[in-house]
Amino acid sequence: MATTTLDPRAGTYRRSWVLDWLTTVDHKKIGILYILNSFIFFFAAGILALVIRSELAVPGLQFVDVATYNQAFTMHGTIMIFLFIVPVLAGFGNYIVPLMIGAPDMAFPRINALSFWLLPLGGGLIFSGYLFGGAAAEGWTGYAPLTAERYAPGVGTDLWIIGLTLVGTASILGAVNFIATIFKMRAPGMTLFRMPIFVWTILVTATLLLLATPVLTAGLIALFIDRNYGGSFFDPAVGGNPVLWQHIFWFFGHPEVYIVILPAMGVVSEIIPVFSRKPLFGYKAFVFATIGIGLLSFSVWAHHMFTTGQVLLPFFAFMTTLIAIPTGVKMFNWLATMWRGKITLATPMLFALGFVSMFLIGGISGVMLGQPPIDFHLQDTYFVVAHLHYVFFGGSVFGVFAAAYYWFPKMTGRKLNEPLGKVHFWMHFIGFNLAFFPMHQLGLSGMPRRIADYSPDAGWTIFNLVSTVGAFMIAASIVPFLINVVATLINGEPAGDDPWEANTLEWATSSPPPAHNFDRLPPIHSERPLFFLTHGHGHGPAAGRERDLVEEPEDDAERRGGAA
Amino acid sequence: MSSTVSAQPGGLHTSEVAAEAGGHAQSAMPTALLGMLLFIASEVMFFGGLFATYFNARATSPGEWGPPAGAHELDIVLAGVLTAVLVASSFTMQFGVWAIRRGNIRGLRIWTALTLVLGVAFLAGQLYDYSVLGFGLADGVFGTTFYTLTGFHGAHVFGGVVGLTIVLARAMRGQFSARNHVAVEAVSIYWHFVDVVWIAVFSTIYLLK
Repeated sequence: MATTTLDPRAGTYRRSWVLDWLTTVDHKKIGILYILNSFIFFFAAGILALVIRSELAVPGLQFVDVATYNQAFTMHGTIMIFLFIVPVLAGFGNYIVPLMIGAPDMAFPRINALSFWLLPLGGGLIFSGYLFGGAAAEGWTGYAPLTAERYAPGVGTDLWIIGLTLVGTASILGAVNFIATIFKMRAPGMTLFRMPIFVWTILVTATLLLLATPVLTAGLIALFIDRNYGGSFFDPAVGGNPVLWQHIFWFFGHPEVYIVILPAMGVVSEIIPVFSRKPLFGYKAFVFATIGIGLLSFSVWAHHMFTTGQVLLPFFAFMTTLIAIPTGVKMFNWLATMWRGKITLATPMLFALGFVSMFLIGGISGVMLGQPPIDFHLQDTYFVVAHLHYVFFGGSVFGVFAAAYYWFPKMTGRKLNEPLGKVHFWMHFIGFNLAFFPMHQLGLSGMPRRIADYSPDAGWTIFNLVSTVGAFMIAASIVPFLINVVATLINGEPAGDDPWEANTLEWATSSPPPAHNFDRLPPIHSERPLFFLTHGHGHGPAAGRERDLVEEPEDDAERRGGAA
Repeated sequence: MSSTVSAQPGGLHTSEVAAEAGGHAQSAMPTALLGMLLFIASEVMFFGGLFATYFNARATSPGEWGPPAGAHELDIVLAGVLTAVLVASSFTMQFGVWAIRRGNIRGLRIWTALTLVLGVAFLAGQLYDYSVLGFGLADGVFGTTFYTLTGFHGAHVFGGVVGLTIVLARAMRGQFSARNHVAVEAVSIYWHFVDVVWIAVFSTIYLLK
């Protein structure tokens, strides 16, 4: 019998890996591109943070002039939020969500590529202000009338508007993609209430992005019309209203805060059960708390505007305080998960615990700021800066590094070095608290944010100096991380498919997964399909790791090997 | 614990996998249609933002609300005719969708062409209106909000016209059938959305006293 064997490489052609990465629509490669791109912007915005902290270390203007300083804090905030935290978490979502729900890819792979490529474009435009007479300098919130043409005549602000519009478009398209993927691409058996918590948090985050970002886009377009075509949305001289900008910005901006924190909460909720050897305590309570935070996030925006005198203080104070309830539920979820668990303090777990403790502080100072009598005193002081960094950095960024250490083995097949990881964590954790805890006291003693200089008699010098030391310690902590990543890629310990003995489906495939993600899926009867595959349901001896028996077709091994 | 479920075959294109997944556990709506609905949800919020600027300006603006002194009054008759044109185009679009659901591609071609003509007529009418109004974007907050709202709506109509052109071109090549016409459904939903936005714009700017 004459049979023909097809060469597995038949029909493919060689092309350079550069072209392959530039044109890829594979969610895993796009996810890695997201993460790499985000870290580049993280380093850029981090350098700006060092510029700010260096200038503030002691009284007097030593390094930069006031205009440069204004650009530095504006770009630092804008880039960190829009081009680091949001996209890096979206990047982990891109890589992990399809794997977690047993899907071969995102629902719209080409739109996925588009939403990624808009990010370097938008971020590049925002940064390019530096090449054309100065970047935007009105703070990341871009308050009117500071952004009016007569106060900010440079093209930097226009580039900021255009860049943010593109980044926002990327977010909207990405959100459509995530929601469609989660609703349409789940594997058989993966019901909504069996989805990993990380997938739930990405679903709620995507919904917030979908509904909040377009409002910012409308505001940015209105601002662009004001600046370039003689419009008068925000100009009181011709019947406009500067406070309208604050309403629009914060109607987007407050959901944005949860867009930034929810996926990090999801990461932590994946890690704590694995390193406590227990299921997450109160899965459904956690899901409903996440949905509750999402719903409430649209009714609290005016707590950023208490001092405008144009908002209903009791309503917004009440709604703001309400958010503490679902957030508190989550705190109990995490603590009860660890309670009597068999805790291993591996690096991902350390960062997760860093998240829980630091976010708790940020949450408490948030409730304080949500009370109008306190807010009237602390509005625009360093107390607010301390609060937002405990949430964004102590919360989200710790979550980002937890995710990086946790999923690095899945993405590369190699485990990051543990001792180096621990050095990174402790430098990061101590540096963070040195940098930002003193800011609480600075704020309480009246130091306003966004100033380049202060009086030596104000009594702020020592706290500022400590804060600057902390900032450089954070920067230094990135060095062991980078060494770790490079050394591991060159000669790291092979991770195997499931180095952490985890619960969720992404660990059921090889590390890194093949292009189509899964050859076989384990049966899905709970939110921990892999745990039950390994350990059985508690009746009799465990069935052993079934999937070890599943052979991988040779062509996949080859495909992963390189070329193709 | 004796069996493993077969994963989706690796060779399939994602959209095919999605179509198959639609067969069991999940609802029957095609993924592309869900994507369009989600996109429209974001568009609703975008126009929500623009409407918020309009209402805020109207509520806080001193003096009488309307075109600046010396300019023409808004032409409510022309706007009413344009409203009728756009609403009619929603009906012709839907007749086209119903035709292709029965497999009638000739009907789809005719109704889509008619919708396209009505859409272009609307845009032409709006541009004519702009040309005779006698005030501009920079003439006070009324002009700014008026042109921003109607202009962004017009831009969306233009986007719909592009979509309709693609649908018509594909229909002329016979690329749709009773089973396979998700692009027609998606463009029709978008077109209805643009129509509904116009009804809101018209009511707000021309009718609301």
